[in-house]
Amino acid sequence: MNLQEIASQVRRDIVRMVHGVKSGHPGGSLGCTDLLVSLYFKHMDLKTDENGQVVFNMDGNGEDLFFLSNGHISPVLYSVLAHRGYFPPAELATFRKLDSRLQGHPATAEHLPGIRIASGSLGQGLSVAIGTALGKKLNGDSHLVYVLMGDGEQQEGQIWEAATFAPHHKVDNLIAFVDFNGQQIDGPTEKVMNNRDLGAKYEAFGWTVLHMDGNDYDSLDTVLSEAKGLTGQGKPIVVITKTEMGQGVDFMMHTHKWHGTAPNDDQLAKALAQLPETLGDY
Amino acid sequence: MKQYPYTDKKDTRSGFGAGMTELGRTNPDVVTLCADLVGSLKIDTFIQENPERFFQCGISEANMIGVSAGLAITGKIPFATTFANFGSSRVFDQVRQAVAYSNKNVKIAVSHAGLTLGEDGATHQVLEDLAMMKALPNMTVINPCDYNQTKAATIASAAYEGPVYLRFGRPVIPVFIPEDMPFEIGKAITLNEGTDVSIFATGHLVWEALQACQMLEEEGISAEIINIHTIKPLDTEAILASVQKTGCCVSAEEHQVNGGLGESIAHTLITNYLAPQEFVGVKDTFGESGTPDELMTKYGLKAANIVEAAKKAIARKTK
Repeated sequence: MNLQEIASQVRRDIVRMVHGVKSGHPGGSLGCTDLLVSLYFKHMDLKTDENGQVVFNMDGNGEDLFFLSNGHISPVLYSVLAHRGYFPPAELATFRKLDSRLQGHPATAEHLPGIRIASGSLGQGLSVAIGTALGKKLNGDSHLVYVLMGDGEQQEGQIWEAATFAPHHKVDNLIAFVDFNGQQIDGPTEKVMNNRDLGAKYEAFGWTVLHMDGNDYDSLDTVLSEAKGLTGQGKPIVVITKTEMGQGVDFMMHTHKWHGTAPNDDQLAKALAQLPETLGDY
Repeated sequence: MKQYPYTDKKDTRSGFGAGMTELGRTNPDVVTLCADLVGSLKIDTFIQENPERFFQCGISEANMIGVSAGLAITGKIPFATTFANFGSSRVFDQVRQAVAYSNKNVKIAVSHAGLTLGEDGATHQVLEDLAMMKALPNMTVINPCDYNQTKAATIASAAYEGPVYLRFGRPVIPVFIPEDMPFEIGKAITLNEGTDVSIFATGHLVWEALQACQMLEEEGISAEIINIHTIKPLDTEAILASVQKTGCCVSAEEHQVNGGLGESIAHTLITNYLAPQEFVGVKDTFGESGTPDELMTKYGLKAANIVEAAKKAIARKTK
């Protein structure tokens, strides 16, 4: 099974999960699907047992770690984690429902394997990832820490506290992604609060800055490999990742309207018709 | 009353520094972070002896809380340090999401709490932090009373698995708790046994409560003095046992009465055993600049105020 096929199933899960509970965030989830699939199914070095089954430890010692800072795109993370083997895909049907481990925004309180920190209140994930990267260094663990943030999230002041801290402390085992889809709840990011040139900003703060097309597997492969090759050189790395909100479902693309809107029955059917089933729906 | 002689006056924050020095030597997992207040937090020795285990964060408290949570994920025991105001109200959302809700083993250790920060004025005198922190599920809230107890509380916090808010002050006050007195999180300490009124005090007000005890004794009133160093979890057993004996109580704290220790005690009493209670604390007002002693007097936190409150509580007893 190639990555695109897995991604197709993840996208089916996303629209089905959000439809199933009539709430959630499909747009950004669909946009980040290819990145998360590439990370979890190819680029991250995850801890596994002798049968190749992933093993979850909260401390994540001896493996690469991923943090989702923009927690509202939880559907994509949950689906990727489930298909990677952290928990049964059938559990995706409980998303956002009472007594579920799959809270609307990721949480550790429900002990869902794969989740190491709560996120949802924006702007905090970069700091957590930096702390984890420092902890890995103290532990003599040469594995990497990845964190995904939204582009709207860059408006939070804490991001820039963290952006100052990481180069100062030479946190060079960290690869951060900014999901640059240009949309946020109230509209296009450049209209709501213009981030202007994010890459130049991070560069000025002392980061190594890369750019990537987050919906193109050639670009993902090339740039993720390049980013990994640039670790250990005294500087943190940020990849400005161009994505299309709603990617894969034509009527959800090119608009902010599907940031936090669930499809109705007809819209679900239309969306699924564009996404081949590859791993079996939950 | 039992005597608590003292030969020395020290600040509680120095007790924290001494505790950190010891932890630096005994627990390799302990790391510290600070937001540009190393001197104020008395962690110089820890830093000198363990430079690789210290992370200067600069003036960015929100990031410091997040970095601490990340370090905790990897098995470290981070102590995030700053002034109490900036380690609570400024970063409440970060503490809520990344530390309490995520149940990370982070110790938020904060100095200059309360009114007695003094001359800096109300911007720095947090009087609401106990209310905020005790409202958070998973959070343990500790407010020790002198140098020795703060040192013991620091060491106990590192040994405890889970989020802790550890609060201490700036001024020098008598060191009266014996160095070898055991410190158990959540276990109140009876400093004097009495029969007429229970006085539950925390932090700097414990010393005032002991002075009040003496003053009451001179008037023939027997006060039981209980040091509530842990606001949460609250030792409700000790509180109820004492009030069932004395029939009334006073709570004393360097904090807003709204949301403070006194309200936790009132909740315990109203749901278990009705008894009169009087509150010594700051009454819904911000502080101001002044010396610690002047402020304690103006805002009614001195031994004399505790005496007055004790008499009121006794007068309200029905039997």
